[in-house]
Amino acid sequence: MRLTVNGTAREYSGDPAQPLLWFLRDELALTGTKFGCGVAACGACMVHVDGKPTTACVTPMGALDGRAVVTIEGLSDAGDHPVQQAWAAANVPQCGYCQSGQIMAAAALLATRPAPTERDIDDAMNGVICRCGTYPRIREAIRAAAARLAAPGGR
Amino acid sequence: MTHLPRPWLDRRRDRDGDAPATLDRRDFLARLGATGLVLAISASGISCLGDSAAAGDDWEPAVYLRIGEDGTVTVIVHRSEMGQGARTAIAMSAADELEAEWSTVRIEQAVGDAKYGNQNTDGSSSITDKSWLAVRQAGAAARTMLEVAAATEWGVDPTTVHGINGEVVHTGSDRKATYASLVKRARTVPVPTDVPLKSPDRYRYMGKDVASLDLQAMITGKAKYGQDMTLPGMRIAVIQRPPVYGAKVAKFDATAALAVPGVVKVVEMPAADIPSAFKPLGGVAVVATGTWAAIEARKKLVIEWTSSPNDSYDSAAYRAQLESAVRSEGTVVRDLGDAESAIAGAAKRVSAEYYVPHLAQAPMEPPAALAHVTGGRCEVWACTQDPQTAQATVAEVTGLKKEKVTVNVTFLGGAFGRKSKPDFIAEAAWLSKEVGAPVKVVWTREDDLQNGYPHTVSVQRLEAGLDADGQIVGLLHRVASPPIGSTFDATQDHHSEGELALGVLDLPYAIPNVRVEACRAPAHVRIGWYRSVSNIPHAFAINCFMDELARAAGKDPVRFLIDALGGDRVIDMNATGAKKAVDNYGKSWADHPNDTARHRRVIETVAKESGWGTPLPRGEGRGVAVHRSFLTYTAVVVRAKVAGDGTVTVPRVDIAMDCGYAVHPERVRSQCEGAVVMGLSNTLLSQLTFARGRVEQSNLTDYRVLRMAGAPREIRVHLVHSGGPIGGVGEPGVPAVGAALVNAVVAAGGVRGRQLPVSAMPSGA
Repeated sequence: MRLTVNGTAREYSGDPAQPLLWFLRDELALTGTKFGCGVAACGACMVHVDGKPTTACVTPMGALDGRAVVTIEGLSDAGDHPVQQAWAAANVPQCGYCQSGQIMAAAALLATRPAPTERDIDDAMNGVICRCGTYPRIREAIRAAAARLAAPGGR
Repeated sequence: MTHLPRPWLDRRRDRDGDAPATLDRRDFLARLGATGLVLAISASGISCLGDSAAAGDDWEPAVYLRIGEDGTVTVIVHRSEMGQGARTAIAMSAADELEAEWSTVRIEQAVGDAKYGNQNTDGSSSITDKSWLAVRQAGAAARTMLEVAAATEWGVDPTTVHGINGEVVHTGSDRKATYASLVKRARTVPVPTDVPLKSPDRYRYMGKDVASLDLQAMITGKAKYGQDMTLPGMRIAVIQRPPVYGAKVAKFDATAALAVPGVVKVVEMPAADIPSAFKPLGGVAVVATGTWAAIEARKKLVIEWTSSPNDSYDSAAYRAQLESAVRSEGTVVRDLGDAESAIAGAAKRVSAEYYVPHLAQAPMEPPAALAHVTGGRCEVWACTQDPQTAQATVAEVTGLKKEKVTVNVTFLGGAFGRKSKPDFIAEAAWLSKEVGAPVKVVWTREDDLQNGYPHTVSVQRLEAGLDADGQIVGLLHRVASPPIGSTFDATQDHHSEGELALGVLDLPYAIPNVRVEACRAPAHVRIGWYRSVSNIPHAFAINCFMDELARAAGKDPVRFLIDALGGDRVIDMNATGAKKAVDNYGKSWADHPNDTARHRRVIETVAKESGWGTPLPRGEGRGVAVHRSFLTYTAVVVRAKVAGDGTVTVPRVDIAMDCGYAVHPERVRSQCEGAVVMGLSNTLLSQLTFARGRVEQSNLTDYRVLRMAGAPREIRVHLVHSGGPIGGVGEPGVPAVGAALVNAVVAAGGVRGRQLPVSAMPSGA
């Protein structure tokens, strides 16, 4: 089977039951996608599959034929996606471990809802746990990124 | 036992293997590297710089500063980064006194080595008075040497040159030289014996908001954690550990596991006896070429376990046992006046019991370590809070000398006390030796919850008497809670004096008759420390009880707390009836007294800023709590909303903190915000329960923590700049949150919860 990961074509002939998470981490060394629970309960492994936020830890490789996967490493070339810029401006991370998942979830949210309501933010982000408790800053950063996207010239 | 890392809990700090290498002046000079200026400061280094007060004191952290000939300033940080911002704060402090230009500053993470002094990143101690002083002195000494180098080169009086933002500048001429250009000469300058430090008004970085040096790596997925480490030829191991503490493998069948493609070996781990301390728990390891193969194969293991003395551990029954314990006299630990008579003769008597369950640290990164034993050496990469204890434990399980073990510290994906224990690192080292290849041990979330070091469980009983004016005339506080010491010494079955010093023995209120008793509570799991440790249950019980007393006295809770402090004074807690010396986070009561004015100011600040006393919509209320821990004072006001069905939500939390001086205010604020969230999780949602000796929760589906929808929309942090002695920041925000929430629920017309977790959040939270 074939898929793309961050725009690069990849072939996979291993066990179709293996979750995407371990293909990314163990085989492609894309360790920005994190392991936190293995049961889609924490969102640390959030990636985009055809643009949709997806927990890689429960997504079997067999379901990805022809799909396009984007990880935190592929979200932007220089770490300057509007969501990453907003994250930097708000100094969101503490330990940083969940932040790949948080950023991927937020980027997916803003891609479909560039002007999210508070409820939209709750719904989109509730699946990604931050044990350090950066939630208020995540909310602030999402609002800031949305405002920037709404401004003239925002991307 | 030889390296129990929370020195203030149960025994004096152990110096063996922990003491810094003595660096005298010659050593300083000998260490001046060939390609740059290297400056080392340790406890003895401070004294060599003229601070004779450091001599003979408990040993202090060390920092190494390296300035390359290209001008790059490298701060070698000896403490672990787990979200608290220690790396950047330490770098800021050194760079400030050095007058380094910020863009030239780099951080290098130190490996575990006694030469760095105490590297145990716990107790909110990375930026405390003496360690902070050492860091600044390192910077100041280096700047002085660069200044002397420039003055010598120019033939001018050294007092006329000044290091400013990466250059030495001569007053009275336009001569200036970059630090880079001066490094060669500065190397030959004698280390100064007296290095004046800047006054705070001249700080360039300290006290200001500087972007974390680790920020960019963290938002691009480049930061490497223990789980992320790899080596060529690396194997992955997952381990099925005993489901009950103390059980061992009786027999196992690995046939099905070995049939899983990718599995290279299944091996029984050495079993651990109770108390297991930092040693691995034993069990059966599956070693594979990939993580998924190892996880899947482990499911196919068939293991029969021996019985354990803890087979019948049951949380409901144990709670009843602790309740029974606190209803009769325990070991008296503090006895001031005559509490019994005072309460008996009081105008009004109040009593209450509070239950706080086991908690799991549950850092987002489950423990993981990569080890490679080869050629008579072992190298480890791990998310450890305490690389020296890891080094010692790895040496023990591999039979290698400590000097042959190198522990590299990765980023820690949260830790909260879990990663002070090196059991998972020792597992990797043992397996690498066994397999003959690099092995990464991966803990799954199930492992983390079910085979961890849970926070203690407790029942506390408080009784008090109020006089006709509503003043507290007597207080009895009984605590039944298994001690951390039991993890190292099975005979310990009472909360220790060290643990009681975390919020009970250091009670600041002016109560003339106080008795504290510790009641029997034998442990059935390996009790560990958790962010802010026993301050959590203690602050919860005391602040809930003070609120109950305020209501009984018919007084406003804020007024009641301030009145109970009995005016501004500093208290030496050793002079208030304690049977043994009361620990003060390893510091003297003279240097860090319990200061009621600092308590009062954080209460007044948080009351004012939160709008205490102003009207709220029906069904909402505010609750207050105050607590001193890790030498820092915090007060919290929670605003809670109680729905008709009893559901509690928290729209806003205000927290005031006085940590003396905030080196990196932005990170102090972020620690307070995070502490509020963790405190709310502890209070509203989290509990680890046992049945038949086994943990009942399996993952973050049933071990519940706060998520985005349940988090307060507003957390307002108010830093109180008292100028008092500097205290910790990472933990002190947590303890007061729980009681403030419960008190708010009561104020909102809800039911007073005396057991945690108090309620369920709305679905989806």
